[in-house]
Amino acid sequence: MHPFQYLAPTSVAEAVDALARYGDRARALAGGTDILVQTRTGRFDLDAVVDVKRVPELTALTLGEDGLSIGAAVPCYRVYEDAEVAGLYPGLIDAASLIGGIQIQSRASLGGNLCNASPSADGICPLIVHYGQAHSAGPDGRRSTPVEEFCVAPGRTILEPGEFLVSIELPRPPAGFGGAYQRFIPRNEMDIAVVGVGSSLTLNAAGDRVESARVALAAVGPTPILAHAAGDSLVGKTPGIDAFREAGELAADAARPISDMRGDVNFRKELVRVLTRRTLTTALERAQS
Amino acid sequence: MTIIEQPKEYKVIGTRPIRHDGLDKVIGKAQYGADLKLPGMIWGALTRSPYAHARIKRIDTSKAEQAPGVMAVITGADMPVAEAIEIETGEEVTNLAHASDKLMARDKVVYKGHPVAAVAAADQNAAIEAARLIEVEYEVLQPVLTVDEAMASGAPLVHEDYAGKDLGEETRNTNVADHFRHETGDTAAGFAQAAVVVEREFELTMVHQGYIEPHNATALWKSDGKIEIWTSTQGAFGVRSSVAPILRVPETDIRVTPLEIGGGFGGKIPIYLEPVCAVLSKKAGRPVKVVMDRKSVFEATGPTPGGRIRVKMGANDKGDITAAEVDLYYEAGAYPGSPVGAGAMCALACYRVANARVDGYDILVNKPKTAAYRAPGATQAAYAVESVVDEICQALGMDPLDFRLHNATREGDRRADGPVYPRIGNLEQLQALKDSEHYRTPLEREGADGRLRGRGVANGFWFNGGMQSCVTINVNSDGEVGLVEGSVDIGGTRASIAMQAAEVLGLRAEEVHPVVVDTDSVGYTDMTGGSRTTNATGYAAYLAAQNVIAGMKERAAILWESNADDVEFEDGVFSSKHDSELKVTFKELAAKLTETGGPLAASGSIRQRGSGGGFGSHLVDVEIDPETGKVDVIRYTAAQDVGKAIHPSYVEGQIQGGATQGIGWALNEEYFWSDQGVMENSTFLDYRMPTALDLPMIDAIIVEVPNPTHPFGVRGVGETPIVAPVGAVANAIHDAVGVRLTQAPMKPQRVLAAIKEKNGNGA
Repeated sequence: MHPFQYLAPTSVAEAVDALARYGDRARALAGGTDILVQTRTGRFDLDAVVDVKRVPELTALTLGEDGLSIGAAVPCYRVYEDAEVAGLYPGLIDAASLIGGIQIQSRASLGGNLCNASPSADGICPLIVHYGQAHSAGPDGRRSTPVEEFCVAPGRTILEPGEFLVSIELPRPPAGFGGAYQRFIPRNEMDIAVVGVGSSLTLNAAGDRVESARVALAAVGPTPILAHAAGDSLVGKTPGIDAFREAGELAADAARPISDMRGDVNFRKELVRVLTRRTLTTALERAQS
Repeated sequence: MTIIEQPKEYKVIGTRPIRHDGLDKVIGKAQYGADLKLPGMIWGALTRSPYAHARIKRIDTSKAEQAPGVMAVITGADMPVAEAIEIETGEEVTNLAHASDKLMARDKVVYKGHPVAAVAAADQNAAIEAARLIEVEYEVLQPVLTVDEAMASGAPLVHEDYAGKDLGEETRNTNVADHFRHETGDTAAGFAQAAVVVEREFELTMVHQGYIEPHNATALWKSDGKIEIWTSTQGAFGVRSSVAPILRVPETDIRVTPLEIGGGFGGKIPIYLEPVCAVLSKKAGRPVKVVMDRKSVFEATGPTPGGRIRVKMGANDKGDITAAEVDLYYEAGAYPGSPVGAGAMCALACYRVANARVDGYDILVNKPKTAAYRAPGATQAAYAVESVVDEICQALGMDPLDFRLHNATREGDRRADGPVYPRIGNLEQLQALKDSEHYRTPLEREGADGRLRGRGVANGFWFNGGMQSCVTINVNSDGEVGLVEGSVDIGGTRASIAMQAAEVLGLRAEEVHPVVVDTDSVGYTDMTGGSRTTNATGYAAYLAAQNVIAGMKERAAILWESNADDVEFEDGVFSSKHDSELKVTFKELAAKLTETGGPLAASGSIRQRGSGGGFGSHLVDVEIDPETGKVDVIRYTAAQDVGKAIHPSYVEGQIQGGATQGIGWALNEEYFWSDQGVMENSTFLDYRMPTALDLPMIDAIIVEVPNPTHPFGVRGVGETPIVAPVGAVANAIHDAVGVRLTQAPMKPQRVLAAIKEKNGNGA
C-alpha cells in the first residue's frame, strides 16, 4: 500500500473538484468498509481518498411526502433505527439490518454498497424493488439513474471519473405495497449471499389482485438483475403460491449465475426459485398487514 | 459430572479459579507477537510463488534492493543448506531438508504461496511494496492436486529425487511417500461370519485450524553470533531445535522467547518464518519482524489433509463386529508427513475388531505441507468409520449407542496396530452419553416451515501424548510461589499446572504465580500439543512442588533442631512428628528462609510415556431446510473420559471447542481449489468457520476414569473432542433426510443435491 492523500471536502462542488483532480486514482470514502479492505489487499492503487461524510447532503436522511432520500454516506443503522422509514420500506430494512454485524452497520452505507457494485450486494436489490433512483454529481453536473441501471459490471458503475453518488431516492410506497429481501448464506450471519432476492408487490384496493411487482436478484450475474418477466408475470394475478412459483421459474430463467466456491449454477438457480417464492410470500403478508 | 473412581478429596483440583493470564487477555494487554516492538526493529515481507508447481528459472532482486527503505533482500541462495536428516518435533517427524526447502524455495516451488524471496525494510508497507518488485521467471509445471492424480501412472512428480516406501521397500519415481499396513486376524474369515457387510468410500478436502492470530516471528542475529527469536509457537524448544540445524548454528546459541499465542491447534508446532527473519536480520544488522497475512496463513502454513478413505466393515446378527478393512489415502501436501499414521491407529480404536486390516498412504501433492491439527488424522478416519458403523446399526436394527457399547474396547484389549489398552474409559463415557437427558429425550422430527430433524452419534479416540517437561518453583518470602515453566499457555494451562502445584503445596491457585519463559530460563519442555501439557507439565509441577516440600521440611528441621524425616506436612502446615507443639505454616516458614539457609527453589522434570488414551462420544440433533440443503445444529452433547478435570471450566471449554471445530469441518470448512492448485477462498469470509450464531450450547459431560500414570489421574483432553463430530453430523443428516453424505464438508449444495437425487429429481 502506497501513501495516499486523504481529502475531506465539505460541499458537493469541492468533492467533485477533489475527485476530478485525481481521476481514476481517487475513490470516494463513506463508511470505508469496502474500500479500506480493498486498498489493503491491493485491489486499488490510489493516490487519494475523498471522504464525503462532511458534505451535508451525503449524510442526510429525509422522509417527505414524495418519498425517502438517503444520503450516500448514511450508515445502515440510521435507516433501520428510523421507525417511520422501517414501516414504509420493509425490504430495505431487511437488507440494512443484515449487512455485516453491528459494527459494520454503524459505518457501512447503502450508497457505498451500491457504488461498490458487487454482484452479491445485499443493499442493491431492495433499492431496485423499491423503485430507487440514484442521484450523482460530477464535473458535468448532476444526473439521476434508476438503480437497476447503475451497476454495469462487477465493481463498476455508470459513474464517470470525478463523479460520485450523492443520494438515493425512493418514492413513497402506495397503499397495498409490500417488499422483502432474503439471501441464502451457509451460516446464519456474517456471510456473503450465495443468492439474494428482493421482491415487492402492490395490491389493488380489494387486495385480491397484483397491480405491479418487481423481483431483483443478487449474486446470479455480473450485476444485480431486475427480473422483469418474473415481476410482470404477477400483474393482474391473484397473489399466492401458484403465482409465486411461476415467478420463481421466470426469475431462475433470468438468472445468469456462474459456478464458484459459493455455489454452482444449478444450486444458485434453485435458490432463486425458492427465495423468489419466499420473498414474495413475505411481501404479500406485509402488503396485507 | 460422572465420577467413576474418586481417589481422594482435593482442595484446589476440580475448582474453577480465574486464570492467571485472564485479565490481560480480556482487556487486550497480553503481548502477542504482532505487539512486539524492539529498538531498531525493521519489517520483513515475503515474495511467494503464484504457482503450485514450477521451476525457478531466474530471480531478479535488483529493483527490490533499490526500493525506498529496503535494508536486506534474500532468496533461497542465501539460506544455509540443511542436512537431509529427520528430527522429532512434537507430534511429527520433520526432515530438515524439507523443512528448510518449505521455508524458501531453491530450484522449484511445490505449492502456491511457497516463499521464493524476502525483503526487510524500514516499515511494513515498504517491505510489502519491495517484495512485489522481486521478479521471478518460472517454468510452470503441471500440478499434482489429488491423491488419485498423484498415484496415477505417469503422474508428474512433486519431488523428482524422492525415495518413497511401500510396505518397507524403497520405491523411486513416486508421489506415494509411504504405504504401510496394520493387520490382525483374518479379515476374509471375519467377513464370512458377517450377517451385514457395509463398504463405502469417503472424500475429504483440506481444512485449516483457523487460529485467529496469524503466524509471526521476530529475530535478531547478534554480532556475537547468537540469535534471539520471539515468536508465536506451541513450543519454544521445538523452534530452537528446528532453527538450529536449518541455520547450521549450535542450539545453545539460539534463545527463543514464546509470546502469547492466539490459537495453534497443532498448526503452530512447525516453523515458517523464524529462519527467514534471522537471515534477514544477519544481513540488515537489525531485529526483523514478519507477520503473515491471512492469505499466507491459509496458502502456506499447515492444514490437515484431504483425501480418500475406504471402509469395509462386517457384523454378525448378534451385533459383534467380525471384520474391518480401512484404506486411508491422505494428502501429505508438498512434503512427506501427513498424519495418516495416527489416522490408521485411531481408525478402529473404539472397537474390538478381531480381524482387521488398515492400510495408510502418505501422498505428495502440490498443496501446502500438512501440519498437526487437533487429533491429527483421526477425525477423517472417524468420519468414515462412524458413518459405516451407523449403517450397520440400521441394518441390524440396533441402537447406535448400544452397538458401540457392545463392541467398545476396554482395558486389556489389543488395538489393530498392536498396543494393549491400559485402564481406559471408553465404556463409561459411552454409558454417560446414553444416560444423558439429551439422549433420553426423543427428538421432535419436524421443525418450523417444513424443516426436518435428525439425530446422530459417533465415538472418537485420541492417544494423548506424554513427552518431556520441566518446572521450577521459587518460594517467595511472603509464602507464595513463582512457577517457571516452558509450556506455552493454550486453553488455560498456566492455571491447570499452577493448580496441581497449589494442591501439593497447600496453597490457593492464586498464590502460585506461573510464568512462561524462554529457552534459556527453564529446562527442556516439549510443545503444548498432543493433549500432553496438563498431564506432563502438571506432573513436573507436582514433582517440583514435592521437592519444595522436601526442602521446606529441612528448613523446619533447622528451626526445630531436628531431622527433616521428623517433619510432616499437611494442609499447609509443617509439624513435628514428635512434638505436637512444634508447628509452622508454609507462609511462616517461607518468611524464615533467609535465617534457615537462604533462597529455596526446586525443580521437577519428567519424561511421560503417554498421558492415557481419551475416548469421547458425541450426540447431535440437526434441522435441515430441505429446499436449500442448509443444516443447522440445534442441540449438541459430548461425553468424554478426561481422567481427572483439574479445572472443569477449561475441560468443558476444550470439549466445546473441539466439537465446534468439528462442526465447522462437517458443514462448511474446506479448501476450495482451482484446477491449478490455487486456494480460491483464502479469507475468513469464504472459509466458513462457525460463528457463535451457528451453534447451540454444547453440553459437555465430564467422565472421570483416573489415568493410573498420573498422580491426579489426568488424561489428555483437548484433541479427543474433534474426532467424533464430523461422523456424528453425517449420521444426523442421514437420520433427518435419509441421505448418506460421503463427501465433507456437507455443505448446503451437497445436501440439497443428495436430497434431490434421492427424490428422483436431480437437476
